[in-house]
Amino acid sequence: MFINTLTDFSRQAFASLRTLLVFTVILGIAYPVTVWGIGQLFGDRADGQPVTAQGHVVGSALLGQNFEGSRWFHSRPSAAEYDTLKSAPSNLGPSSPELLKQIKARRSEIANVESTLAGHVPADAVTASGSGLDPHISIDYAELQAPRVAATNGLDIRRVEKLITKNTDGRVLGFLGEPGVNVVKLNVDIAAATQ
Amino acid sequence: MTETLSGLLTIGVLVMLLAAAYVPLGDYMARTYSCTSHTRFEKFVYRLMGVNPDSEQSPKAYAMSIVSLSAVGVLVLMTLLMTQSWLPMDRDMADMGLAMAFNTAVSFVANTNWQSYGGESTLGFTAQMAGLAVQNFVSAAVGMAVAIAFIRGFVRVNSTSLGNLWVDLVRGTIRILLPIAFIGALVLIANGVIQNFADTTINSVTGAKQVLPGGPVASQEAIKLLGTNGGGFFNANSAHPFENPNGLTNLLQVFLILLIPVALTRTLGTMLGSHRQGLAVLAAMATLWAGVLAIVTTAEVRHMSAAAQAAGGALEGKETRIGAWGSALFATATTGTSTGAINAAHDSMTPLGGGAVLANMMLGEVAPGGVGSGLYGILVMAILTVFIAGLMVGRTPEFLGKKISSRQMTYVALYTLTVPVLVLLGTGIAMSLPSTQDAMANPGGHGFTEVLYAYTSGANNNGSAFGGLTVTSTFFQVSIALAMLFGRLVPIVLVLMLAGSLAEQGKVPVTAGTLPTHTPLFVGLLIGIIVLITGLTFFPALALGPIAEALA
Repeated sequence: MFINTLTDFSRQAFASLRTLLVFTVILGIAYPVTVWGIGQLFGDRADGQPVTAQGHVVGSALLGQNFEGSRWFHSRPSAAEYDTLKSAPSNLGPSSPELLKQIKARRSEIANVESTLAGHVPADAVTASGSGLDPHISIDYAELQAPRVAATNGLDIRRVEKLITKNTDGRVLGFLGEPGVNVVKLNVDIAAATQ
Repeated sequence: MTETLSGLLTIGVLVMLLAAAYVPLGDYMARTYSCTSHTRFEKFVYRLMGVNPDSEQSPKAYAMSIVSLSAVGVLVLMTLLMTQSWLPMDRDMADMGLAMAFNTAVSFVANTNWQSYGGESTLGFTAQMAGLAVQNFVSAAVGMAVAIAFIRGFVRVNSTSLGNLWVDLVRGTIRILLPIAFIGALVLIANGVIQNFADTTINSVTGAKQVLPGGPVASQEAIKLLGTNGGGFFNANSAHPFENPNGLTNLLQVFLILLIPVALTRTLGTMLGSHRQGLAVLAAMATLWAGVLAIVTTAEVRHMSAAAQAAGGALEGKETRIGAWGSALFATATTGTSTGAINAAHDSMTPLGGGAVLANMMLGEVAPGGVGSGLYGILVMAILTVFIAGLMVGRTPEFLGKKISSRQMTYVALYTLTVPVLVLLGTGIAMSLPSTQDAMANPGGHGFTEVLYAYTSGANNNGSAFGGLTVTSTFFQVSIALAMLFGRLVPIVLVLMLAGSLAEQGKVPVTAGTLPTHTPLFVGLLIGIIVLITGLTFFPALALGPIAEALA
């Protein structure tokens, strides 16, 4: 009985191994390569929508970057510090004293930088995103930063406002997801405008 | 448009899409598993596999095929992960260590996709696509096969066999999963999910070095969701913009998660010859899903936590483009199935929202459940329901024309106990170790919830995490791997034995004393039993974690 079960199992195991080999060829190689081949039809979409400035790729429209200094629009706080090989959220809990401290500190710092009241700083500006690579900020946060960016770069505020509108991604099909301003593309436009 | 209207419209469109796919996909799956002929390509595949597709297997042989396929799958995947630096497109990544490779291999074979590693910093492209993604297909097809074998147990009369695992496996993969995943992958690429084979290094807008990570992401993303697997290509999973670039892909991902589990209830109805029965099961699933969704959405949108109040919105761990509504919808779908993909950090959700997704897994993942596992899970609960109802009126219980006697109830009881034992034992042992304290990212009740969540996720084969817990110690790697392995295989074997015991019987004629199982009354009873069993089992543990935190 035991011997029978054992030979039966080894026969099954051999069939399992052959099955996995066949499936690896079909599902593990042929499938992703075919998808890749057809995916080329969608242009740069399959390559993460590269953003170019003066002929050079300077980022992806989908991956946020860290911007410091008063001439740039600032991205959201990031638990990954915008390292694209370490995407991660903070994982701090909803009543974590550490998180509460961070939110408070960010709020007063941003209020200071943007010369505004702490109560005017929007939620996305004081919270880290799920990926640590969020390319967007809320329209409110972009509006809050516009006067500073305009002043530092010597640009007309209306021009900066226009660039914000141009780089705002609305809801897909008008109702899916939340609108946001793409910080990477916006800053590329700001840099171009000050050339 | 307001956020509320956008959120409600999204849910409405999701439900309409699922409704549109329900009959065609459900009936297609019923035909696929019932048909007696093989395509030429399939015959070729069977020859390569060395199996006879026209033979039938006993419940024991069917189960043994699954156990052997899983065992070999774990060994093959471990080998790939531990030798990945020898494979092409390895991105100069180091070979995975033994404990992590064991944990990861078990995780993907068990349809869990718990990840103690970060994809972009640990794995080469070959290990991802030829290792992990293959198990994404196979583990999903196994789950569906078990559900179909269970249905055959009700359909067949005086039979000693349940079908052929190898045939069910090949058909589920080639005729169902592969074509849908293929279309899904292309739609994802069209909307911005990447699919390439190279990382590129560039100078960013401010002149800093930035790596644009590459990879065959879209092809893996599609089966990750369709097969309710959930293992992200990148560490941030579906929160990563390369996996989930906008509101449309977010809707599509939730749709792919729910598609097969929902349509399988139609397959059940069609194979039984009673569509009302399929709809009754679906109604129970949908009610639980809607209830959890309402709780999670309310908690997140109304930012019911200290941190969310301080920030002015529950956006910690959430992406701007997805927002609170899209994150709550995804979290409910991913924990009501065995998916475990995340588009927002569950650890940072409000206590009520995070507690609700935890409880969603504890319900046994039947709302609507993983591919296959959701259906067999809820059918086991339905048997328990007719049994309890039978006790109340003093009649021999029967379900779908089969008598439910002590032999069946033994399997049902063991099934019901397996996962809670693994969850509570695992959590208990982990909490008693002094090292666990250091592994938690958060103090107090929330830290306890991180541990409880880990074993709940593992044993239920979900794979999502309260990510703050550091799970790379050998203790966590091995103990969670064992929870995943037993949480997968023990219920499968019990379901197949149960199915075998039903197939052996003749049909019991419907009499005046038969409890009808397609009525709203039965649906309500079934939901009540599921909630009651979960509550009795897990309430004390929940009280120590999320409930304590929510009340604090």
